[in-house]
Amino acid sequence: MMDSGKIHRRKQASQNFVFTLFTLMSASIVLVLFVILGFIVIRGLPAISWDFLTKMPEDGMTKGGIYPAIIGTFCLMLGSMIFAFPIGIMSGIYVHEYTKDGILKRFMKAMTNNLAGIPSIVFGLFGMSLFVNDLHFGDSILAGSLTLGLLVLPVVIRTTEESLKAIDNSFRVGSYALGATKLQTIRKVVLPMSLPNIITGLILSIGRISGETAPILFTVAAYFLPKLPHSIFDQVMALPYHLYVISTSGTNIVESRKMAYGTALVLVLIVLILNLLANVLRRYFGKKVKMN
Amino acid sequence: MVKDYVKKPKVMAKDVNLYYGDFHALKGITLSMEENTVVALIGPSGCGKSTFLRCFNRMNDLIPSTRITGYVMVDGKDINDRSMNVDELRKNIGMVFQKPNPFPKSIFENVAYGLRVNGVKEAKFIEERVERSLKQSALWEEVKDKLKKSAFELSGGQQQRLCIARALAIEPSVLLMDEPASALDPISTAKIEELIYELKNQYTIIIVTHNMQQAGRVSDKTAFFYMGELIECDDTKTMFTNPKHTRTQNYITGRFG
Ligand SMILES: Nc1ncnc2c1ncn2[C@@H]1O[C@H](COP(=O)(O)OP(=O)(O)OP(=O)(O)O)[C@@H](O)[C@H]1O
Ligand SMILES: [Mg+2]
Repeated sequence: MMDSGKIHRRKQASQNFVFTLFTLMSASIVLVLFVILGFIVIRGLPAISWDFLTKMPEDGMTKGGIYPAIIGTFCLMLGSMIFAFPIGIMSGIYVHEYTKDGILKRFMKAMTNNLAGIPSIVFGLFGMSLFVNDLHFGDSILAGSLTLGLLVLPVVIRTTEESLKAIDNSFRVGSYALGATKLQTIRKVVLPMSLPNIITGLILSIGRISGETAPILFTVAAYFLPKLPHSIFDQVMALPYHLYVISTSGTNIVESRKMAYGTALVLVLIVLILNLLANVLRRYFGKKVKMN
Repeated sequence: MVKDYVKKPKVMAKDVNLYYGDFHALKGITLSMEENTVVALIGPSGCGKSTFLRCFNRMNDLIPSTRITGYVMVDGKDINDRSMNVDELRKNIGMVFQKPNPFPKSIFENVAYGLRVNGVKEAKFIEERVERSLKQSALWEEVKDKLKKSAFELSGGQQQRLCIARALAIEPSVLLMDEPASALDPISTAKIEELIYELKNQYTIIIVTHNMQQAGRVSDKTAFFYMGELIECDDTKTMFTNPKHTRTQNYITGRFG
């Protein structure tokens, strides 16, 4: 009796210890996140104003706003979505739904994984040499979007594949058994079911794009360009590069520090808003798919 | 009458062998069945009942590296022939799976699905057909007020009856049922058995079951499978009272599983 009580107490103690440890670890992650966010909000908030968001930079980027950089970043996000999403989603569907398990599928998977592992600066270099120089797009939204598009392509393909993989095969089989073709099955059963996950994944990937600096460095980003683009062959300013410029090589780094924190805050807000949007859309679609 | 002995088989398998890669899953199965009869497939787990069932609507095509030899005939036509349109075939051969698998759509859309993918557009017709199918599968009374609700909100037994309605909606002439009641409570099971009994008038039904009483209650003929072979197939009454093979007798009386 004594013994078993002792063992029980020891078990209880080790349980408590592990539980506490896990709790502390999780708490520290949340803490780090809050510290980073708090830091950026506290330093960046004073810089934020309507003018900051809607005015051109002035006085060697120590005053005025970041309007062209915001617009530039949105152009690049939109551009890379237009390139990467259709191609990526279609290849994801192709790889998961159409290829049989075998060499082709393995090859496609290996390629996607390798593509995903390439450092983004390499994409930048590649984009410069192919799009900017060889194809004569010049430093332009087009070249930058294509480069960023390439960068997210593997993410898009994988997101699509994973979302499709999550759909139980019994749904496909059930559809075929009713005389539906493969295309009908994909369009009417598989895609609607995986759409919430695909969309969420894609929005998150766009969030990542908004912050990429290396790929746009040699392909589109302008150091200082206080006007808006007129065509896809124009250069633009972009938030991450602007942030880099005013924190390292501006005309007056100390003076522009405030602007830098403001820019960082805008960038973080864009990502946060995208995450929020992803969540809302997932819920909305989740409901709609079931009701439909 | 003449009709009685020139009745052509509705469904027929002749010398069917099926391989999963190197594994010989069906060994020279020959079996035929007449229109408007119910055949029960029984046998221990892994003996090839589901595999055999899937031969009739070519669902084995969906499993990689399967190979089939021999003939599977429906209405006198070789369904593995190259001229056979698989989608048309599957429209004509309904299937109900062991695990209910409704689509994540509304109850109505689940039943309408087969019509829609087969090009039916007329709303009135679809509505009528959905109602009729749900009535046939004895689900109508329970769902008529919530047709727009998600099929996932139904119980397992209701979902299975929904899947039956879904299969009936496109008016197949043959119905394949793979242990349709194995996951259900006795009341739902009884409902489904009753349903099979009624459907027999219009359909030719092949049903896989592990439940001997069920086989006895619903089927006209019973086929006993063992390790990929068809040991014997006879009138259900004969099979249950006077089987030719001791293996069959042992299985039916529960002396081995
Ligand atoms: N997709 C598959 N790939 C490889 N082998 C398979 C596959 N499906 C079934 N088999 C094999 O074929 C044999 C017959 O399987 P089948 O599912 O037809 O049996 P069953 O009689 O329906 O069994 P149960 O009563 O358990 O459902 C089994 O030995 C099984 O391992
Ligand atoms: Mg089975």
